[in-house]
Amino acid sequence: MAFVADRLERTAAYRPRLRIRRTYNTIATGVGLIAIGIGLGTLLWLVTETVLNAIGWLNWQFLTEFDSRFPERAGAKAAIYGTAWVMAFTMLFALPIGVMAAIYLEEYAREGWLKGFIQINIANLASVPSIIYGLLGLQVFVRWMELGRSVLAGALTLALLVLPIIVVATQEALRSVPPSIRDASYALGATRWQTIRHHLLPYALPGILTGNILAASRAIGESAPLITIGALTYVPFTPEGPLDRFTVLPIQIFNWTSRAQADFQHVAAAGIVVLLVILLLMNSAAILLRELMRKRY
Amino acid sequence: MLGDRRNELPAEALAYKRSRQLKEGAIAAVMLVAATVGALTTAGIILSLFGETVAFFREVSIIEFLTETEWTPLFSIKKFGIWPLVTATFLTSAIALLVAVPLGLLAAVFLSEFAGSRLRAVLKPALEVLAGIPTVVYGYFALTVVTPLLRHVIDLSLFNGLSAGIVMGIMILPTVASLSEDAMSAVPQALREAGYGLGANRAEVAFRIVMPAALSGIAAAVILGLSRAVGETMIVAIAAGQNPRFTLDPTVPIMTMTTYIVQVSLGDTPYGSLAYRTLFAVGTALFALTFVLNIASYLLVRRFRQEYD
Repeated sequence: MAFVADRLERTAAYRPRLRIRRTYNTIATGVGLIAIGIGLGTLLWLVTETVLNAIGWLNWQFLTEFDSRFPERAGAKAAIYGTAWVMAFTMLFALPIGVMAAIYLEEYAREGWLKGFIQINIANLASVPSIIYGLLGLQVFVRWMELGRSVLAGALTLALLVLPIIVVATQEALRSVPPSIRDASYALGATRWQTIRHHLLPYALPGILTGNILAASRAIGESAPLITIGALTYVPFTPEGPLDRFTVLPIQIFNWTSRAQADFQHVAAAGIVVLLVILLLMNSAAILLRELMRKRY
Repeated sequence: MLGDRRNELPAEALAYKRSRQLKEGAIAAVMLVAATVGALTTAGIILSLFGETVAFFREVSIIEFLTETEWTPLFSIKKFGIWPLVTATFLTSAIALLVAVPLGLLAAVFLSEFAGSRLRAVLKPALEVLAGIPTVVYGYFALTVVTPLLRHVIDLSLFNGLSAGIVMGIMILPTVASLSEDAMSAVPQALREAGYGLGANRAEVAFRIVMPAALSGIAAAVILGLSRAVGETMIVAIAAGQNPRFTLDPTVPIMTMTTYIVQVSLGDTPYGSLAYRTLFAVGTALFALTFVLNIASYLLVRRFRQEYD
């Protein structure tokens, strides 16, 4: 009887706490959802405000005119051309070097101090602030290599910036190849390069491509390193060669945002919409390509 | 036996084998060169910063740099105290963390412990989008939307540390959330099941079992977020102002280390001048700060990965 009484007493103590605990659970779930909601909500708010600000200012004239002191006449032509030039050269350097570096680390390097050293370096470089790359570019590419404040100097700087992204993505892609494919290829007498070229790379291609598009998305939005190496903010011309001076869309937006006349905020908004649309297209292309190239082994 | 005839390959086979080995060797060498670009970049960064910083400290005493509380390298009366820039960086980063850590951790807990796999598959990439927005856009948002809004409530200058800090917090939220969520996912399921088995509900397991278990990973996430906030340039350059000021007041214009570098780069600073060298002195301070933070984060990540192996 004492046992039953004891159990009844404990149950009575347990019930009210149970309600509190249940409420705690519900609140916790709600609060977590709210936190995510705040994050995503801010994103939505940002995009909506920007698009609203850009209405009426984003038109064909905006895309084909040069910058101007007058907001109604300001256009993004120089910025768009500059972005295209810089991106082309950036990926021209970053893609091969990044992919080859990753291939070396995954397929050729022996486990040892050299491989570890290079891996740590690349991992560390991924977290260096982008403006430091700008300072590096200023000293090495603009001054030492005497490339001046050119598209080439900017592209090399950005290529170094996004290199870790490409290397890591490519390494992951190569790691995801089933070992059986590698083993089978070697077993049939293929050399290392033959294996890589004909079996590993094709399999890893979707991952490599995604990594590169991720890198390009990052590069296209960067302004700090390019400002540091001397990209211009008022540009009445488009680059005609890799050694010409230039500006890019994010820098142009920065410049417009910093101008005193209130109407330039609308011009900046139009520029942002263009930038976001380009980013959206790039990332959609990445997702599409990855789905299309997905092979099943 | 078949193997005995290995050294008796016909001439053309030998020639083919030789040329193939040469080609393979060349390819391996090219790959190695590509891989060393990584190490070369680090060396490049250190050398570029170091060289000009040393030259800077030949003209400016390091004591002044570390103790003076005014930064006026471009005025006629030159003062070279780094503190105004450091406090500004610290202030905006602290505000950013105040926003990002609670929201990011709660988001991570929700994604890791409460959300079903389908919900997670939708929400996680959505949060990643926040990280992919170019920082100029955030700066624009801080200046044109957040500041005017806050000015209805508080007495705020047009350029201030508060708006920039809040928007930076939203920007680093995905970083904190993502790495925290990784840390929480690494907690063995057995711990959770023990909790459920003892009658705990989801929130209790999440906050009293999983979170403490994942603590070092969460700390790593927060430190990494701090590192990103410290290194962030455009948001503060646009919204926080360009006045170096030794203060912790978030309502006035301030200038962070990164903003200073941008400001000088926008002008026409002659190569080799003292002003040019200040770029690198500040850059070195910035690099040292983020380097220490990144190492701390890396060590913590390694610890949380080891605990469960």
